[in-house]
Order: sequence, then C-alpha cells, then structure tokens
Amino acid sequence: MAEVDVRLDRVTKRFHDVVAVDDLSLDVRRGEFFSLLGPSGCGKTTTLRMIGGFEEATSGKIFLAGTDVTGLPPYRRNVNTVFQNYALFPHLSVYENVAFGLRRRRVASGEIRHQVGSMLELVELPGYEARRPSQLSGGQQQRVALARALINHPQVLLLDEPLGALDLKLRKQMQIELKRIQTEVGITFIYVTHDQEEAMTMSDRIAVMRGGHIEQLGAPEELYERPGTAFVAGFLGVSNLLDGDVAEVDGDYSSVRLTGGTLLRAPRPAVNGARRVQVGVRPEKLRVVPISDGSAAGSGDLNTIEGTILDASYIGVSTQYLVETRDGQRLTVYSQNLETSGAGEALADGQQVRLTWKPQHTFVIGQTDDPTAQGALNA
Amino acid sequence: MPRRFRWTVPYLFLVPGGLWLLAFFVVPMVVMASVSLQQGSLAQGYAMTFNFGIYAETIARWSSQFLRSIEYAVIVTVLTVLIGYPMAYTIAFRGGRAKNILLLLVILPFFTSFIIRTLSWKLLLADNGIVLGTLKEWGLLDSGFRLIATPIAVISGLTYNFLPFMVLPLYVALEKVDPRLIEAANDLYASRVQGFLRVTLPLSLPGLFAGSLLTFIPAVGDFVNAQILGSPDTTMIGNVIERLFLSNNDYPQAAALGFILMAAILAMVLVYARLIGSDKLTTG
Repeated sequence: MAEVDVRLDRVTKRFHDVVAVDDLSLDVRRGEFFSLLGPSGCGKTTTLRMIGGFEEATSGKIFLAGTDVTGLPPYRRNVNTVFQNYALFPHLSVYENVAFGLRRRRVASGEIRHQVGSMLELVELPGYEARRPSQLSGGQQQRVALARALINHPQVLLLDEPLGALDLKLRKQMQIELKRIQTEVGITFIYVTHDQEEAMTMSDRIAVMRGGHIEQLGAPEELYERPGTAFVAGFLGVSNLLDGDVAEVDGDYSSVRLTGGTLLRAPRPAVNGARRVQVGVRPEKLRVVPISDGSAAGSGDLNTIEGTILDASYIGVSTQYLVETRDGQRLTVYSQNLETSGAGEALADGQQVRLTWKPQHTFVIGQTDDPTAQGALNA
Repeated sequence: MPRRFRWTVPYLFLVPGGLWLLAFFVVPMVVMASVSLQQGSLAQGYAMTFNFGIYAETIARWSSQFLRSIEYAVIVTVLTVLIGYPMAYTIAFRGGRAKNILLLLVILPFFTSFIIRTLSWKLLLADNGIVLGTLKEWGLLDSGFRLIATPIAVISGLTYNFLPFMVLPLYVALEKVDPRLIEAANDLYASRVQGFLRVTLPLSLPGLFAGSLLTFIPAVGDFVNAQILGSPDTTMIGNVIERLFLSNNDYPQAAALGFILMAAILAMVLVYARLIGSDKLTTG
C-alpha cells in the first residue's frame, strides 16, 4: 500500500446549524491525482478548505504526511492552493506572484530567479515575468496560479475548480496539461470539481460526495461500471435503472425479477444482501434489435427486455433511442452507427424492439427510498 | 444634428462645466495673480507695478505661520490615518450587515454645520466644561490644566473634522480588496501581518493617497479651527490670509500668500505621489 499523504479522520464542519461536512474520513495516497466530485453544496470545497487551513474543522483530525495539522493556520501547512478565479495579486508582476511564497520563506534572490524561470517554463509562460495579471488571458492566469503554488514544492496541491472560468476548448486542453504537470512533478493533487467528465479524465481515484459525506470512492472505471448507489449512477454519466427483487442467487450470478416480470442476470458480488434492488445498465452497453428479425426470444446468456421506440435521434457518431418497456419503464440506448450510412436506416419511432446486453455489464444497487437520488438520475 | 457634427457631442457635454470653471476658477485666479503684483491701498486704489518682490517679502514675514500650518496638517493627516485606517478596515472586512449603518455614522456629522460642530468642541474642551470640569472635580487634573487655546485643541478639532474624508476613500479602496487574495497570501506562507503588509496595504494605497489629499489640503488652509479652538500662538496661514483680506484689506499680500500656499501644496502632493506610487512600496 502506498504512503498516505492526507488523512481526514472523522472530520465534521458545521456552519451555525448547517452541517457542511459530516463525519468524513478519507485517505489520499502519495503522488495520486485525487478528485472530490459532487454537486454544489455537497461539502467538497469545504473539505478542501479544511485541508488548506482556511476553515477550521468543528471536530475530527486532519493529518498531512502523518503529522496532525488540524489546528495549524494555512501558512504553517506544507500545502498550496490553486484558487477558483486564481486570486493572483493584481499589484504584482507575474514574476513577483510566482516568487511570493519563496520570498516569504526567505529564499536567496539568485535561487528565486532560477526557480521562477524554470517554473514559468514548466507552465509554458517564459518571457511573461514583467506582465501584470490583468494583461493575461484566463488560461495564462490559470498557469501563473499553478506556477505560484507549485514553486513551493508542497506536500499536496489543492485545486478548487481551477478550470471553471475557462471556455470548453481551453478547459479540455488544460485538463491534459494539468495531468502532464502532475506526472512531471509527482506531487499529490486534490482536485475539487462538479464536472464528472473532468474528474474522470484526470483522476486516479474519485470520491463522489453528497450532503457532506462520501457516497462512493474508487477509480473512475469502478465508479462508472459499478456504481454503488443510484446517486453515483446518475451523477457519473447516464444510466438506466429498473426496479426489481432478487429472485435467486446461483454461482457467480444472481437473478433479479423486474416489476414487469422479466428475469435479468447480474454479477453476484454486486447484490449485497438486499432483496429490493435496482438493476442498472449503461446506455452504450445495450444492443437494440427489431423484433421482426425473428431472432430467438431468450437468446443464450444475454439479458433481454422488450419494448417500443418512443424517440430516435441521430447524432452522427451514434443514434440515441428512448425505449419504453411493456410495464412503462424507460431506457436510453446509445447505438454506435457502425453499419448505417444514413439516418434513414435507423429504427423508427413506434417500432417494437428487443434490448439485449451482457449480464456482466449489469450493476445492482440496493433500493433507496430517497427521492433526491431519483431526481439526480433524471438530471 | 447632422451626422458629420456627431463628433462634437462629447465636447458639448463639457461646455457647462467648462464655463463654470472658467468663471469661478480661471478668472479669479488670473485676477488674484494680477492683484498680487499690484501696489496701493483700498482708499487710493491699486495700480499694477509687477511687484514680484512681494512674494519673497511675504514668505519672510509669515514663515512661522506657514511652517505651523504644514506641521499641524501633517500631524492631522497622520492622526486621521491612524484612527481612520482601522475604522475603514473594520467596516470593509468585518462590517457584515452593519456596514451601511456604520458608513452612515461616519458621514452623520455632515448633517450639521462645520462651524456648529467646531463650536461644540469648544464647549467640550472648555476649562470647566463637561470633560475637564468633571476630571478636575474628581481631582484627576490640576485646576490650572487647559486644552482650549492650545495646539492640542486645534489639532483635535482638525482631526475630528477631516476624519470622514480619510475614512471614506480608504473604505472604498479596502472594500475592493478580494478576501481571497489575503487567503492566497496566507496560503503562500505569509502570516496575517505579512499578508496585510504585502497585499492589503499596497492595494489600499490609492485610498490612502486620496484620503491624505482630502485631509491635508483643506487642513493646511483651514482657519475655522484655529480661530475657534486656538489662540494667537496657534494662528495658521488660513487665519493670516483671512485677516489680510477681510480686516487689513491688504489684497496684494493676501493674494500672494494664497499663491504661495497653493504652490507649496502642489509641490508636497507631487513628492507624496512619487513616494506612494513608487515600486518600492508595492513590490519585493
């Protein structure tokens, strides 16, 4: 097991009577790109600000590289932050902004000159030393903010939605850039974002947060392929969830009977003892076949469900179908346009179809009565 | 208006203000400059003699009042900074919902006349008034102790009267300082004091500069406070100009004094601007 750089031990943060972070424990490993992902108000920024020392935990402890830093002010912690909207010093040049941390630690000026130079090279802004932040574009300011933090070689770099103010194209470019820099410097990054795609692109591991606690923690593929809750399933990408009961467990697979009577098979470890469950499958895992094709109903090992196409929209690389099953549940299907050469060959509205997918692509989550989780699915 | 005359519109907007300044600033200045170089008396009339010697004469004659005015104004400006900066800082960063009420309290004195307020200071500081009288009664002060007619009274009055002119521009400058910049400074190993010195203070310098001008310039030329709260030993240059104009009717000398004061203020402001605007204050 890798060394732990940041450990949160049962940390709670209350603002008056609002609980922003609720009894949260977390280990971030050395050198990892770790993301806190969640909707606004989930407590991710508060968590980051407590690690940085800008907010004091109401209870619990925070460790940095094994040392308890819970009560230390920001300037006594070996972490640096890239702030949302950068917070560059407007009265200082790019050079002085980047040199700020070194100057406070009384590094010799020759050494500062050398380090600022190589740091500006790392973020690809050499020659910008004399500029003021107001003379830079958003993307350039972002790079200065990164250089200003990284030059101090912190134990951990905290990034608070750093790409939020950039346009989509620049954001994509900076995602790749950030990942490159992180690999190059080898510093632990803790990255706060509400953008699931951004988190998936860059992170080694993601903690999906909701209501002040961690909903699920894992590698991006794990969260996407085997979401543990309806909230995670809905927050990371689109998913189809169907209500059902666990009918029988047999070997590596278990069978779930949907409310409409259809029997589906799912990998067994995914069913953790619950009887009332939801069965999920991602839209791109589904294959849609017209029923008139005459293919056998229960074709082998595949999960099968029948329904009617409500809507078909051709979006170039794929066609998106909305299919309604006989008992009124709706599923989204992304069908890659591998064979078709035009929209005319797509299946039409009202056509009877059969949806099939492999049992191992099925995930099962314990039934939840929480209405907000359902709401997140439709978002 | 025909399209080809559109370019004149912005200039037309400047006409009323321009005419106002011409009538009430430029013309009086030219008249005063001319008066300062004339000789004669109110009874016999004045004649232009290009008497430039009057400037050297005037400086020599009133130098002690000049220096006293500058000394008082500097002390007043420093005091308003020392009192006003913490006030403006607290309102800007810790004011919360009370911000507007606190700002209202700062400008509330303006609802009463300047003279009335200064006169009430005279009552407050009187030898047997509510403050000194009480302290003397309790035996905390010697019965001969007095504040009125001392430099302390004049400087206190000036400081009180000009404090809002320091607080308001400082508040405006501090209000604009993003608290996240201070967090960023703390994040980059600056303690709270260093964060203030390296970030908050430099960013509030424009407000400090504006407040200093709004305090220093009127304080140098003020004559009300010295007249009401002071004695002949605290006479400021404003009192001299007032007396020369209104009592002695020595217009040339009064006009010359006015110009010398203006030139001195201009020179000091330029030096101050250079000092406060220099890179030494803002970087490194």
